[in-house]
Amino acid sequence: MMPALELIRRDLRLAWRQGTDVAMVIAFFVLTVVLFPFGVGPEPNILARIGPGILWVTALLAAMLSLDRLFQADHDDGSLEQLVLSSPALPAMVLAKCLAHWLTTGLPLAVVAPILAILLNLGADGFVVLVGSLLLGTPVLSLLGAVGAALTLGARRAGVLVALLVLPLTIPVLIFGVGAIDAALADLSSRPHFLLLGALLAAALPLCPWAAAAALRQALE
Amino acid sequence: MLHRFANPTRFLRVAAALQPWCVGLSLACLAGGLYLGLLRSPADYQQGDTVRIMYVHVPSAWMALFVYANMAIASAVALIWKHPLADILAKNCAPLGAGFTLIALATGSLWGKPMWGTWWVWDARLTSVLILFFLYLGHMALVNAFDDPSRGARAGAVLALVGSVNLPIIKFSVDWWNTLHQPASVLRIGGPAIHSAMLTPLLMMGVAFTLLFVALLLVNVRAEIAERKLRGLRLARAAEV
Repeated sequence: MMPALELIRRDLRLAWRQGTDVAMVIAFFVLTVVLFPFGVGPEPNILARIGPGILWVTALLAAMLSLDRLFQADHDDGSLEQLVLSSPALPAMVLAKCLAHWLTTGLPLAVVAPILAILLNLGADGFVVLVGSLLLGTPVLSLLGAVGAALTLGARRAGVLVALLVLPLTIPVLIFGVGAIDAALADLSSRPHFLLLGALLAAALPLCPWAAAAALRQALE
Repeated sequence: MLHRFANPTRFLRVAAALQPWCVGLSLACLAGGLYLGLLRSPADYQQGDTVRIMYVHVPSAWMALFVYANMAIASAVALIWKHPLADILAKNCAPLGAGFTLIALATGSLWGKPMWGTWWVWDARLTSVLILFFLYLGHMALVNAFDDPSRGARAGAVLALVGSVNLPIIKFSVDWWNTLHQPASVLRIGGPAIHSAMLTPLLMMGVAFTLLFVALLLVNVRAEIAERKLRGLRLARAAEV
């Protein structure tokens, strides 16, 4: 347990000291969302209707954008190899790295999302559900992303490839994340959507670190 | 059994013997299935003659899943026992599976226009099959993305196993969600809900498509083994000079 906590602390410290990484993900999120009113026109009703979808898709893309720093930097300076060699429980280490990744991308995205929701004229009923669905859904994105990032380690054009591999798998998260907000805005219960998001997280938590650890071992073989 | 046929020489011998049989039987079943399906089977009382799209659509959709299952099993074998032949099999399954999936999606779209009034709906069955198509494409891109082919094969094997989560979702999507796509009528509890005049040509087409897949897979795998041998010979000769 202690090495995993130490790994999280190290990754967070690295992210904090090179603060531009986190700031860039947030800036990408904000800028892309702000583009939409120019693209579809500033009609408040249209924006309110498509707002949940815009926020979720953009958050997903922002999370994708930050995946390269999950393993690539550690792979370049050799510390990833040390990690794989030294830890008996590699999946736990991968899980720790996913958690650190989520704390530096998913969590900030969920914090910023309500401010952008105001800009998109989202109904007040949707705010809590928006934050809740992002908090429950973005960890799944980090976990799936870890599998993709581990698979493409050392590949040509790894950035595009990781998106091609991971984006299809994230479609269920997107469906239920947006579904929860839409249900809340339509005065329906968003509970089923939250349950399904929780189920996705419960399935991804044990399976993704395991698959990512297998991919890492193959990559460093 | 598995280890016996993992020997490439033995595999090549068996493959060379099997291939003409697969091609011949596949063509025979294809001819019989198309004749019965397009000319002799009754038209549907509701759908009329458009129901005949089924004889291509349903077998190719079966194959889309069957090929992926094959690819996943070959990938597991490649990861566990490190048979190079399993890597080659998995790699060559992907383009064939992508082809069958594309045929299923295209014929489904052509069938959907007259029956549902739309080329495409975002229901669970169609969406999950589209994800399957993207998984095939991702697998092909990943396997070819590395300078070292064996690294690509190993990464592809892990991806194939991760993606196999999608198979039960596709199969049961019509039961779990209320979809526009109709539920299963052949492989279901209580036997097929389809008359034998339609079921016979459908099953014949299914056999034809399966044998066609096996034949194409054998051709591709033999070609890839030959290619690797050539590369090895070239390298050996370059080393001599």
